[in-house]
Amino acid sequence: MSATPVLQVRGLKKHFPVTKGFLWKKVVGWVQAVDGVDFSIRQGKTLAIVGESGCGKTTTAKLVLCLEQPSAGEVLADGKNVHALAGDALRDYRTTVQAVFQDPWSSLNPRMRVRDIVAEPLVVNRKFPEREIEERVEDAMSRVGLRRQQANLYPHEFSGGQRQRIAVASALVSKPKLIILDEPVSALDVSIRAQIMNLLVDLQQQYDVSYLLIAHHLATTRYMANEVAVMYLGKIVEKAPTRELFGNPLHPYTKALFSAALPSHPDITHEEIILKGEVPSPINPPSGCRFHPRCPFAKAECSVAVPIEKEMAAGHVVACHLYS
Amino acid sequence: MPLQSTRTMPWYAIPWVTEGWARFKRYPLFALAILLFLLVIPAVFAPWVAPHDPFMGSLSHRLTPPVWQDGGSMGHILGTDKLGRDILSRIIYGARVSLTVSLIAIFVGGIIGTVLGLISGYFGGWTDSVIMRLVDISLALPTILLALVLVAAVGPSFGTVITVLIVLLWARYARLVRGEALAIKELDFIARARVAGASHARIMYRYLFPNVVNSLIVLATLQVGYVILLESSLSFLGAGLPRAEPAWGVMVSDGRELIVTSWWVSMFPGIAIMLTVLALNLLGDWLRDHLDPKLRNL
Repeated sequence: MSATPVLQVRGLKKHFPVTKGFLWKKVVGWVQAVDGVDFSIRQGKTLAIVGESGCGKTTTAKLVLCLEQPSAGEVLADGKNVHALAGDALRDYRTTVQAVFQDPWSSLNPRMRVRDIVAEPLVVNRKFPEREIEERVEDAMSRVGLRRQQANLYPHEFSGGQRQRIAVASALVSKPKLIILDEPVSALDVSIRAQIMNLLVDLQQQYDVSYLLIAHHLATTRYMANEVAVMYLGKIVEKAPTRELFGNPLHPYTKALFSAALPSHPDITHEEIILKGEVPSPINPPSGCRFHPRCPFAKAECSVAVPIEKEMAAGHVVACHLYS
Repeated sequence: MPLQSTRTMPWYAIPWVTEGWARFKRYPLFALAILLFLLVIPAVFAPWVAPHDPFMGSLSHRLTPPVWQDGGSMGHILGTDKLGRDILSRIIYGARVSLTVSLIAIFVGGIIGTVLGLISGYFGGWTDSVIMRLVDISLALPTILLALVLVAAVGPSFGTVITVLIVLLWARYARLVRGEALAIKELDFIARARVAGASHARIMYRYLFPNVVNSLIVLATLQVGYVILLESSLSFLGAGLPRAEPAWGVMVSDGRELIVTSWWVSMFPGIAIMLTVLALNLLGDWLRDHLDPKLRNL
C-alpha cells in the first residue's frame, strides 16, 4: 500500500453570499460555510470529517465532488486542481471520484432500472464497450450482495438498506480511487447499519479505494476511519489518527463532542461536558478562535488571535491556544 | 333522541346518491365510454359512420327538425342546418377537426413548454428569469383578443388556429415543468448523476423528464377539453377555422341567428362540446388522482 495521497485539499474556502432585495440583489453578508480547510487522503485509507450539523462538512464534500466551486483554495488530484478541469479531463476525474449519499430514498432515480443506475458512471464516460459495462455491473452488484435477477427492478422495490447497496454498487462500478461517503449509514435502521459498514470496509480492502467519510456518529467514525478531522464552524480544529484522537482528545471542542456520545454501557459513569450557548452563526463567526464564546477554558487571547495548528504527536494536529 | 340528529347533513346527502357519485368518480369508465363512442370511434371511421356527406346540402331539406319533432325524418336524425346539411354527419366530421387541431396544438405546445420549463428549472438564475417573464407575458395576454389579432393579421386557416393555440398553451407546461424540476433537482440522485459525470442535457432528459411525465399527461388531458372549447370559441367568433369546415364551434356559430326558430342547429354541436369537455375533465381528474398524488391542487 503506497502512501501517496489520492486527494489533497489546500486552504479550501466556500463563502455563500447572503442577498437582500427583490430586483437588485445586494450582498449583505457571507456565510463562511468552509473557511480554510486542509487535509489529504492516502490511498486505501479512510479520512473521517466529524462535527455537528452546519459545521461545513457536507459543503466540503460537495467541493471535493465538484458540485460547488470554491471561493478560495484548491482540491488536487494527481497534482491537478480539479476545479480547473474541463471536458475529457473532468470526465476522467468524475470516474475516479464517486459518492454515496445519506438518504437512500432520494439518491436513486425512481424512473431508472437498477442495472441502468449502476451502469450510469460507465455509460456517461462513453469509453466503455457494452460488453464490459454489462460484466462490470454484474460484478459490482454481486460484490455488494445483490442478485443478478434484481438488475431489472426499479428502486421502489427495495428496502433502505438494499437501496444503499445499489448506491454503493454504482459508486464502485467505475473502480474509483476515492469514494465520498456522506453520512452513508445515518438514515438506515440500526440493524442495517453494521451490515453496510462491514460491506464498505470489506470493499475498501478488495478495491484499495480511499474513503472520505462525512459523519456525525462517533461509533461509525471510530469503526471505519484511519484518521479523523473534527470540524467546527467551517474550520478543522483537530486532526489525528483515529486511535490517537479517541484515546487522547486535546481540543476542548473535541472533548465536549466525545463526552456527548453515550457510553457503550449504561453503568459506565462518564463526565459530560455541557457547552454553553448555541453554535454561533457562520455569517458573523466569532473573532479569534471560533470556539471561544463556548469554550470552558477560554483565555483573553482566544478572542483576539486565530489559533495556529500545532502538531502535538505524530499526525496529531490541534488548533488551540491552550497548546501553543 | 336519535344519534343522527346531532349531525347536520346536507339535504342532498342521500346515501345512494353520494355513494353512487363516489363510485362513479373512482372509475373513469363512464368518461372513457363517452369519449370513445362520441368522439374517437366516429371521428376515426367518419366516412363509414356518417349517414351523409357533411358538405353536401339539399335546399329542399333545409332546417329539418330532429326525428322526434313534427316534420322530422329518419334520414336526418338530428335534423339539418339552413343549407340542408345533415347535423349528425357534421358533428361526426367535426370531431375529426376538433381532435386533430387540439392534439397537434397540445403536442407541439407541450414539447415547447416542457423543453423551456426543464431548461428554466434546471439552470435557474438568469435563463430562468427570462423564460418565466415570457411565461408571465403569455399568461397575462387576453386569450381571445390575441387570437383575434393574429387571425386578423394572417387570415383564418387550419395553420393559424393551431399556431394561435400553441402560443396560448405552451406557458402552462413551462410553468408546471419548471416547478417540478426545481424540486427534483435538489434531490440526491441528481447530485449523484453529476458526480457520475452526466451532462446537463443527459440529466434533463434521463433524470428530470421521466419524473415529470405523469404531471404532463394529466395537464395534457385536462387541456384537451380546454382547447376544444377555445377552438370552438374562436370559430364562433369567426376567428377560427374557415366557415365551410364542419367544426363544432363553426356549427354553433352558424345556428346563432336561428336559435329561436331552429334550436337544433346550434344545440347539438353545443351538447357535443359539453359532453366531450366533461368526459375529458373527468378523465383528467382521475388520472391526476391515480398517477400522481402530489398534484391534487393543479
